[in-house]
Amino acid sequence: MDIILEGIRQAFILLVTFDPEVLGITWFSLKVSGTATLISLFFGMSVGTVVALTQFPGRKFVVSLINTGMALPPVVVGLFVTIFLWRNGPLGFLEILYTPAAMIIAQAVIATPIVMGISLAAMQQLPRKLRLQILALGATRLQMVRILIREARLPLLAAVMAGFGGVISEVGASIMVGGNIKGYTRVLTTATVMETSRGNFDIAIALGIILLLFAYLINLVLTYVQQRERPR
Amino acid sequence: MKRSFAASILFMLLVCLLAFTTTAVAQPAQKNVILATTTSTQDSGLLDVLLPIFEKKTGYFVKTIAVGSGQAMAMGAKGEADVLLVHSPAAEKKFMADGNGVERRLVMHNDYIILGPPADPAKIKGMKKASEAFKKIAASGSIFMSRGDNSGTHAKEKDIWKAAGVKYEGEKWYQQTGLGMGQTLAVAAEKKTYVLADRGTYLALKKRLGLDILVEGDGILLNIYHVIEVNPKKWPKANFAGAKAFGDFMVSKETQDIIKTFGVDKFGSPLFFPDAGKKEEALGQ
Repeated sequence: MDIILEGIRQAFILLVTFDPEVLGITWFSLKVSGTATLISLFFGMSVGTVVALTQFPGRKFVVSLINTGMALPPVVVGLFVTIFLWRNGPLGFLEILYTPAAMIIAQAVIATPIVMGISLAAMQQLPRKLRLQILALGATRLQMVRILIREARLPLLAAVMAGFGGVISEVGASIMVGGNIKGYTRVLTTATVMETSRGNFDIAIALGIILLLFAYLINLVLTYVQQRERPR
Repeated sequence: MKRSFAASILFMLLVCLLAFTTTAVAQPAQKNVILATTTSTQDSGLLDVLLPIFEKKTGYFVKTIAVGSGQAMAMGAKGEADVLLVHSPAAEKKFMADGNGVERRLVMHNDYIILGPPADPAKIKGMKKASEAFKKIAASGSIFMSRGDNSGTHAKEKDIWKAAGVKYEGEKWYQQTGLGMGQTLAVAAEKKTYVLADRGTYLALKKRLGLDILVEGDGILLNIYHVIEVNPKKWPKANFAGAKAFGDFMVSKETQDIIKTFGVDKFGSPLFFPDAGKKEEALGQ
């Protein structure tokens, strides 16, 4: 039990003394996961919206695939991204294995189906009549989609939070494609794994607390945006 | 109000893309050396001391991938690493015989120890021969916790079982974690089982474990580290110049002097013993 208290104390010390290594790792974690989430928003929301608003044969099958993708294990993603990015692999010419770019790719692959699945559900739960009404009022299709997205803002921001939460807390893929290289591809989760295996449980706990703290701050901001009074 | 939501998303996107592009171009590719190594060199903190010196001296950027020796050699054999720092001699000899490496140079050694709960149910404390101790563990049916991950430590453990002539695979008392040394030690400590560990990791974790050293000093328990450059003839994309520079650095006098005293201040005894230029057969005499 006292080891947890020691961890909390360590986290506090590391934060108030602006420990350069911990700050660097924290900032880098936010950068990688933030970028990956933004990429996943682009693909996830657009595909999710299109699938939600259209009818085509095999649609149920596509939706089931997207929903399964929400459960993609990060290590499996990490393994496949690694194999593709190997020097002698199909995308080896890019030479980005063990770089931040590889981590962003892996995390974006993990977050995209999460964002896609939730966006899909969010757009689909809007009443069908709303669409007809908007079109009847003379809106173009693009304007209709924009209005619908605004209507579904609450669950869509939940999609952002779920996607970001999924990748900032993920360790399997990051350690495989990033390599946990000091000062280069080390993020909070991979550093926690390493400190644990080094037996520095207090520092590992401290890093975990810092991770939770920043995840909380980001979600706090997003929640404020989400719960804001809707303009009339 | 409506527009500010879209605008803030766009702003975040721009900031992140900017941040992303600056990180991505920070390192020129040809300056990278991929070092595949065992977890013990990283977990002990030795590489944290040595790598900054190497990088400052040569200008190379070392990407350390800390995995088990088995995986490190698999990476080398596929040309996915430039240089290896590993401790699994039998597998290394096969690696060299297959033409995967250029040169295999002795760097340092420490030793393995057999640990167990202070109660020592198999009564092996103080035994001189590791294989005899393993026999007694097997005969008593006390649980033995194995790494089971094809690491150098796992390979050594299998050697000792072989020397003991005991059937262990599939036995009820033989359990495998499939994890690194630190985590396996934690499991062994929690379940009060016997375990084979390298002394460096044990010393680093000792205070939380409650496991005692029961057998040490047998010749078979030597833990020898070699540095191997991956063969550029087989894998043209391997950075041989960088690998060679790293190999030379590891056996240089300056590095060997650092290895000699590394860990003394923290653990009271060195974690590794420098051996550059010595013969493998001469160790432990």
